[in-house]
Amino acid sequence: MAIYQLPEWAALAPALILALTGLVLFLVDSISPRSTNRTLLAGTAAVGALASLAVAVWFTAAGVGTPTMDGGEGVIEIFDGQFVVDQLALYFTIIVAIVTALIVVASYDYLRDHTYQAEYYSLVVLAATGMATVAAANSLVTIFIALELTSLPSYALVAILKDNRGSVEAGLKYFLIGALSSAIFVYGISLVYGATGVLQLDSIATVIADGGADGFGGLLGLGILMLLGGIAFKTASVPFHFWAPEAYEGAPAPISAFLSSASKAAGFVIAFRVFNVAFPLEEIGGVIGFDWTVAFVVLAIVTMTLGNFAAATQENVKRMLAYSSIGHAGYALIGLAGLSADGGELVMGAALMHLLVYGFMNTGAFLFVALAEHWGVGRTFEDYNGLSTQAPVACGAMAVFLFSLAGIPPFGGFFSKYFLFTGALEAATANPAMLAVAAALVVNSALSLYYYSRLVKALWIEEPPATRERLGQPTGLYAAIVVAAVMTIVILPGFGPVAEAATGAAEALIN
Amino acid sequence: MMIEALIAVALIGALVTFVAPNRVAGKLAFAISLVPAALSLWMFTAFDGSGNALLDGDLAFESHLEWIQFGDYSIEWFVGLDGISLPLVVMTTILCSLAILSSWTPIDRRESQFYGLVLFIEANLIGVFSALDFFVWFIFWEAVLIPMYLLIGVWGGPDRKYAAIKFFVYTNVASLLMFGSFIALVFGLGDAATSFALPEVADAMVNGGGVQSSVFGIDPGTFTALVFIALFLGFAVKVPVVPFHTWLPDAHVQAPTPASVLLAGVLLKMGTYALLRFNFTMFPEQVATYAVPIAAVAVVSVIYGAMLALAQTDLKRIVAYSSVSSMGYVILGLIAYTQFGVGGATFQMVSHGLISGLMFMSVGVIYNVTHTRSVEEMSGLADRMPIAVGILVAGAFGYMGLPLMSGFHGEFTIFFGAFQADFAYAPLFTALAMFGIVIVAGYLLFALQRTVFGPYHLETDYDVGRAPLHDIAPMFVLLALIIALGVAPELIFDMITDAVDPILNGGDL
Repeated sequence: MAIYQLPEWAALAPALILALTGLVLFLVDSISPRSTNRTLLAGTAAVGALASLAVAVWFTAAGVGTPTMDGGEGVIEIFDGQFVVDQLALYFTIIVAIVTALIVVASYDYLRDHTYQAEYYSLVVLAATGMATVAAANSLVTIFIALELTSLPSYALVAILKDNRGSVEAGLKYFLIGALSSAIFVYGISLVYGATGVLQLDSIATVIADGGADGFGGLLGLGILMLLGGIAFKTASVPFHFWAPEAYEGAPAPISAFLSSASKAAGFVIAFRVFNVAFPLEEIGGVIGFDWTVAFVVLAIVTMTLGNFAAATQENVKRMLAYSSIGHAGYALIGLAGLSADGGELVMGAALMHLLVYGFMNTGAFLFVALAEHWGVGRTFEDYNGLSTQAPVACGAMAVFLFSLAGIPPFGGFFSKYFLFTGALEAATANPAMLAVAAALVVNSALSLYYYSRLVKALWIEEPPATRERLGQPTGLYAAIVVAAVMTIVILPGFGPVAEAATGAAEALIN
Repeated sequence: MMIEALIAVALIGALVTFVAPNRVAGKLAFAISLVPAALSLWMFTAFDGSGNALLDGDLAFESHLEWIQFGDYSIEWFVGLDGISLPLVVMTTILCSLAILSSWTPIDRRESQFYGLVLFIEANLIGVFSALDFFVWFIFWEAVLIPMYLLIGVWGGPDRKYAAIKFFVYTNVASLLMFGSFIALVFGLGDAATSFALPEVADAMVNGGGVQSSVFGIDPGTFTALVFIALFLGFAVKVPVVPFHTWLPDAHVQAPTPASVLLAGVLLKMGTYALLRFNFTMFPEQVATYAVPIAAVAVVSVIYGAMLALAQTDLKRIVAYSSVSSMGYVILGLIAYTQFGVGGATFQMVSHGLISGLMFMSVGVIYNVTHTRSVEEMSGLADRMPIAVGILVAGAFGYMGLPLMSGFHGEFTIFFGAFQADFAYAPLFTALAMFGIVIVAGYLLFALQRTVFGPYHLETDYDVGRAPLHDIAPMFVLLALIIALGVAPELIFDMITDAVDPILNGGDL
């Protein structure tokens, strides 16, 4: 028995800690506006992110959000169900907090000579707050608000290198397309509201099940498609992926890592929650006249194929990683494509696992690019030639990330892709189209090995150019990269608990 | 926990070496590698083969832990050794130590990374030979690729990039094929297998009747046959058998000496070991059905590999192609499916590992001193470097199967077993394969006669003298082992046959 029962809103603690950290950073900035005390700023942000991570892990371990019948503490609903803290929310909060901590540590060196340091860190932490809130949001309105809280700092962060034309242009592009997609998303919300009269996700499902939306099938269907469009933008899925390579390339590399890992995960949590909770497959087909998993099957195949083919033709490392992250969005979409009326926990759980592993390996890969930018060695594959002679540890870590992204053992990416594959095959018994998805996954993974190994070859096998200055060893960047690499490997022996948490979260969501 | 200790020492050693300064890396790596070598030798003496069967019984040094549960299938940390894998593990650890010692002279840049990768390979090779869960095994299997790719690509000869990529693509595609077909098999087994543990799958295949119902609309017989063929092809690339052998000479010739030693000594055995563990243990009926074509492939590998070796003028290429030929013998022994055949094949894996390691080291030492490997440029080397050349000649005799050396026992038992085999024309195939011995003797004597004997003549500006002790010492160790196994093959042959018998008898000891 607890001596002191925490109030219910304390379940949002991981997100609240992040928000508080953002405010503390603002406070520091207003007390001493010109401060460039990087240690204080980065340290505060890192401590906040790690505290949030610790609380989220503690909650998960303590069984918060496990359905009561499994012997857990029960799903916690806050503010009349506007927010729920369940295993899915905690799972994604963990991903966001991990990535945020890595980014913040890595930015310590990256931002050495940049202005607006306090603003940078507080924006990062605020965007992370938005992502953590998205994970727990259970109503279309809270989702939208949390999404905007994620997006607005992101626009600013992409453009934070004010003197760099690429950065400003990328920020503008990102903002314009982001605003458009927000408009589409919110319009979708209004259509769904028009058809059902409610905004809370579980209420929408109830209304649909009770036949309350029967006359508005077309309206509801259009609304769902528009929501899908908004999500496709957030997750950088085809056909709303065009902004991603531009934004990732122009943004400071740690921010590219942040957007392509954490922000993308936030997009997926919306998709997973909205489509599972609000539009359950058993009833929705009869009302709107189509099965939305078909849309995800197509989206998954097209996204992964297009992302990988585009990545294979890039000359610029950062763009290659950007397109490859589009490809990985396609892999994660398999989780939704594999759902069917009688389940899909496995494939959904596999998608969750992939997003967690991806959080380490993709962040790490972009942080290596950040390191290369810090060194000023250039951006193309050729510029990376022979870096391993000067920085073997970082290049070893980069090889780990790349081989893991390609899905080669003994790294984490191998298992998450394998589970996606078996999950897809499992789902194929209910939906034969999943065989095509599974095949596309294998073909694309094989293709991806080509361009990932090309970078490994540049780093390790090609000779370095004769004239290259000595490379520094920035502590923060190195620390973040090494931690990410170690986690990409260590996650493999620890895959048991990860698989348990992920399938648990998926089961809780689907049932 | 002994196997875990072996792997852990090598892995941690790899990390330590990777970040150590270049100056001390070689000595450090050698010192570290002595630990697994000593441990594995201790395991060899402490080995208890009584429960020794993959199909039926517990393996020595077994450990079995829950790892991941996903859907209906579990993945487990499951390792153990029997009379087949233990000699291979011992050979691996010894060969790795010697390979490290033999790299001190030729490796002169980025040493810490080089030795770190060698130790990393060692850890994974031990894993390959001891893992009993398919996933654990596959992780080790694939993890060998990346460091070998880098060893060839970074420290190799002039065409290293081409050779490294060819090696990587060939073996990786083969791995994918094998991986997919084995996973399909486990799913096809349905309720008979709830994990990827090799003993469980093997038991379900041999004693459980195999695949019972149609899979993906393919009837069980065809499905099993397809899996068998796909697995065979997947492993055949690694062995390699003709016509999948073309990556091997490229990789060997470009690789630095120690990588060649490991490649020929241990990596090729991964293929035949996997064939034995998967195809020949799990599919006895298919083995009988496809015996003739497989025997034909084996004989072609023996003869064609030897003829290719005969046509080479590069000493290293000769040794490289001769591996194709020797591995053909191993396949022939396996397909014979008799006690002597399979036992001899396993013995030959160890024996060929030692002999080819020795040959590559001698060629490496000669190259270190003369800076050429061309048979046409060298003559009368015996005058200048008698010890190294003496060992080369001894190794060549081992290769030809001189009695009292390990090669003789391996080849003799294989031929003996193959003559007894059940499949059609077995004696004919065996006789054809035995003709390979003549060609082997031909190309080795031909090469030796031109390079080693006769008046000294060499077109090089280098001062040709004796090799340093740390180059010669590992070759002496290998030669001692080759002779020891030749004189007293029962050192390992008994434990091998103890483990082979249950495979041939469907699990009964």
